[in-house]
Amino acid sequence: MKEMLEIRWHGRGGQGAKTAADLLAQAAIHQGKFAQGFPEYGPERMGAPMRSYDRISEKPITIHSAVEYPDIVIILDQTLLKNIPVTSGLKKDGIILINSSKDGKEIRELLKTDIGSLFIVDANKISKETIGRELPNTPLIGALIKVTKIMPLEPFLKDLTKKFEKKFSDKIIEGNINAVKRAFEEVKEHVQ
Amino acid sequence: MTKILALTGADAAAEAMRQVHPDVVAAYPITPQTGIVQTYSSFVADGLVDTEMVTVESEHSAMSAVVGAASAGARAMTATSANGLALMWEIVYIAASYRLPIVAPVVNRALSGPINIHCDHSDSMGCRDSGWIQLFSENTQETYDNIIQAVKIGENKDVMLPVMITLDGFIISHVMERVEALEDEEVSKFVGTFTAKYPLLDVDNPVTYGPLDLQDYYFEHKRQQYQAMQNSADVIKNVGKEFGALSGRYYDLLELHKMEDAEFAIIALGSTAGTAKYLVDQMRNEGKKVGMIKIRSFRPFPIEDLRLAVKKLKGLSVLDRSISFGAKGGPVFVEVESALFRTGIDIPVLNYIYGLGGRDITPTEMRISFSDLEKAVKGEKFPAVQFIGLRG
Repeated sequence: MKEMLEIRWHGRGGQGAKTAADLLAQAAIHQGKFAQGFPEYGPERMGAPMRSYDRISEKPITIHSAVEYPDIVIILDQTLLKNIPVTSGLKKDGIILINSSKDGKEIRELLKTDIGSLFIVDANKISKETIGRELPNTPLIGALIKVTKIMPLEPFLKDLTKKFEKKFSDKIIEGNINAVKRAFEEVKEHVQ
Repeated sequence: MTKILALTGADAAAEAMRQVHPDVVAAYPITPQTGIVQTYSSFVADGLVDTEMVTVESEHSAMSAVVGAASAGARAMTATSANGLALMWEIVYIAASYRLPIVAPVVNRALSGPINIHCDHSDSMGCRDSGWIQLFSENTQETYDNIIQAVKIGENKDVMLPVMITLDGFIISHVMERVEALEDEEVSKFVGTFTAKYPLLDVDNPVTYGPLDLQDYYFEHKRQQYQAMQNSADVIKNVGKEFGALSGRYYDLLELHKMEDAEFAIIALGSTAGTAKYLVDQMRNEGKKVGMIKIRSFRPFPIEDLRLAVKKLKGLSVLDRSISFGAKGGPVFVEVESALFRTGIDIPVLNYIYGLGGRDITPTEMRISFSDLEKAVKGEKFPAVQFIGLRG
């Protein structure tokens, strides 16, 4: 792993980009790493474009500004590609992970750049079939773990269960776990 | 024993408060402080603490209630932000002048208007002459550590002053970070029990708090307050050492980062000090002799320590996250200049105002505070105040 991994999430209010960033940071911290998870607070509204961030490192993290040059961008909503510069600042060897039903060629055209490697997973479909509604955040973490090997899957699932236990029913938790596992299996790289 | 927790700054503050276990907490919710009081309320509701939680109708009442509680002899805490602190205003001064060791996390937020919920230091800076000790926290860990130390600092018999622990709104209050927490018993032992010297409820030895204090004694009381604040500097240092022996994390009035052979340095407070460390590390890798000075204690202001820290520098930049209209520069800059005045330290000192109303500051943007210094030592002139991250 690099000295510090910086991740930027792009989503819409209500899709769980903040929860995802928090979950990932929490899991990393519980596995002995240093991490930050935080959203960019604006005038939050359901459906409005928003960003959240993670930093994960083996060493203490001192920087406290928004991520300028991400190693990874994760896009929760493919409709953002039209208006939001999602790859802004992405490192040359960076990773783009997107929740989409489109094929890689089409996404590349919408991204208008060849930068980074592109990974695709249909997290909407997966969450609909496992959780019962479109909640792309947790399956995207499953895909991220597969792509980056940032942490093992099992301890993350334990952490997720623990965090969700306070809020959600067993059925929802089970749905989320299955969603994470399926996205872990189904994420595909698009090679140009 | 150390527990590793993943907590937001607000939750780290609430966790420290839980372990301190104050007798009374009175607070009114205001963004971005709400998380602290919300989490603490759930500790009360869940029976984890038997604190008397007073849900007041305003911040003015919150501060009044903790003044009442602390006068009675209780260990009392509140928490607020921005306009909430502004509404507490008259009682903020009263808490200090009654010599009540109240501890209050202040989640830094811009003062209205126009209304803004994001971070700057205008709220705390407005209180800099109120007689409160002010310690700025860089991250969630320091928020936790500072609250625990604040209890011991404020209650020291040579101090007896209220302590404000700041954390940057959203940037720290809402970031999930790694916190090394102490065991409950360790914190209990560290802070000890509080025995007020003149509790209002000691009916056998009746005292009066807050009577009329005119030409005859008011002046002497202010002189004592002055002395208490002077005394607090050594107490902050000693408590910082004691806390270090317990936790491995040592604290002082200032924190110096890569200053041993530094030629240029920047001064910052709060979360920006962390971002400045990141920039300094980057520039050190590029071969630049740069450093960072973090002012942890703004009140008392570490005059002597600062002089020692900067005496070998060629240039110094001061970052201010608030504005002092009509002054020579921001509040931190004015303090720094006054500390260096007539000491023989005659180096360029530049002032940068940044981040008002939560405007982000990146390491890239912060570089200007170093590159300007390189030019300033060669004779280039700069305006008294410059702005980083300002459009147009």
